[in-house]
Amino acid sequence: MDVEQQRNAASLGMWVFLGTEVMFFGGMFCAYLIYRYWYYPEFAAGSRSLDIWLGTTNTAVLICSSLTVALGVRAAQMGKRRLLVLLLLLTLVFGLAFLGIKAVEWHDKFVEHHVPGASFSAEDLIQAYPQIHIDPARTQIYFSLYFAMTGLHALHMIIGVGIFCYLTYYSWKGRYTPQYHTPVEIGGLYWHFVDIIWIYLFPLLYLIDRKPLK
Amino acid sequence: MSERILSSKLYVGIWATLMVLTVITATVAFVDLGPFNTVLALVIATFKALLVVLFFMHVKYTSEKLTKMAIVCSLFWLLILLFLSLADYSTRAAGHG
Repeated sequence: MDVEQQRNAASLGMWVFLGTEVMFFGGMFCAYLIYRYWYYPEFAAGSRSLDIWLGTTNTAVLICSSLTVALGVRAAQMGKRRLLVLLLLLTLVFGLAFLGIKAVEWHDKFVEHHVPGASFSAEDLIQAYPQIHIDPARTQIYFSLYFAMTGLHALHMIIGVGIFCYLTYYSWKGRYTPQYHTPVEIGGLYWHFVDIIWIYLFPLLYLIDRKPLK
Repeated sequence: MSERILSSKLYVGIWATLMVLTVITATVAFVDLGPFNTVLALVIATFKALLVVLFFMHVKYTSEKLTKMAIVCSLFWLLILLFLSLADYSTRAAGHG
């Protein structure tokens, strides 16, 4: 009974932490909503400049990583050490693939002068959509939020990769058993949470307005 | 009372559903549905999040009621943040333009 109670307490503690994370990201989502409401044309144009293929691929990559995590926790519950190590390694591969694709996308934005700051330029967007009035200063706000939100998410991914390296090492050492595998479960909750944040970031940042322009 | 081990078939089924929904949300974004583009995108995202929380994060099968309370509370606070802020900003011009 004590083991069960410990597990429940650890899980509840993690959920409370995730609640604080909801508020942490919530502030950014709130800023996003307000500015999107005010500067919709600029947000739509900025959103169209993102690579939807890379964005969709990254969403799929994260969903795959969530599957390997869920199956990993299951392997830990059943005491299958080799399978657990394999699934955790796969999760790391997916996590690093996500970060790699994200790095390519950020690099593209640097090349396109879409990074807010002295070298920012929305000229390409203004020329691409002459039928819409686009204010460069407002477009910078979209890209500021884009970098802040995907950046904070990527930071969580990097921390997640660190946690999963730890979990992989101790799984390989055989520390986790069907009786004790709380760290795998808690680490899994964190990973799934970061996945959920991306599930919202993807439509909010990439899919604002993809329909054909009139 | 030990924890419940779900079948790997269930996990793969959830994964397949999430993948299909991802493709649907990306494809539908190119169809002109007026204001419903955003509504549909958010409904799909919320459904995906719900699947992850209930099955991958085991909330559907947890015996701990406090966990569910912690989730509902954090979502409630998030909605206060979003709705009350938007109610304010969308009805005043301050800062606009």
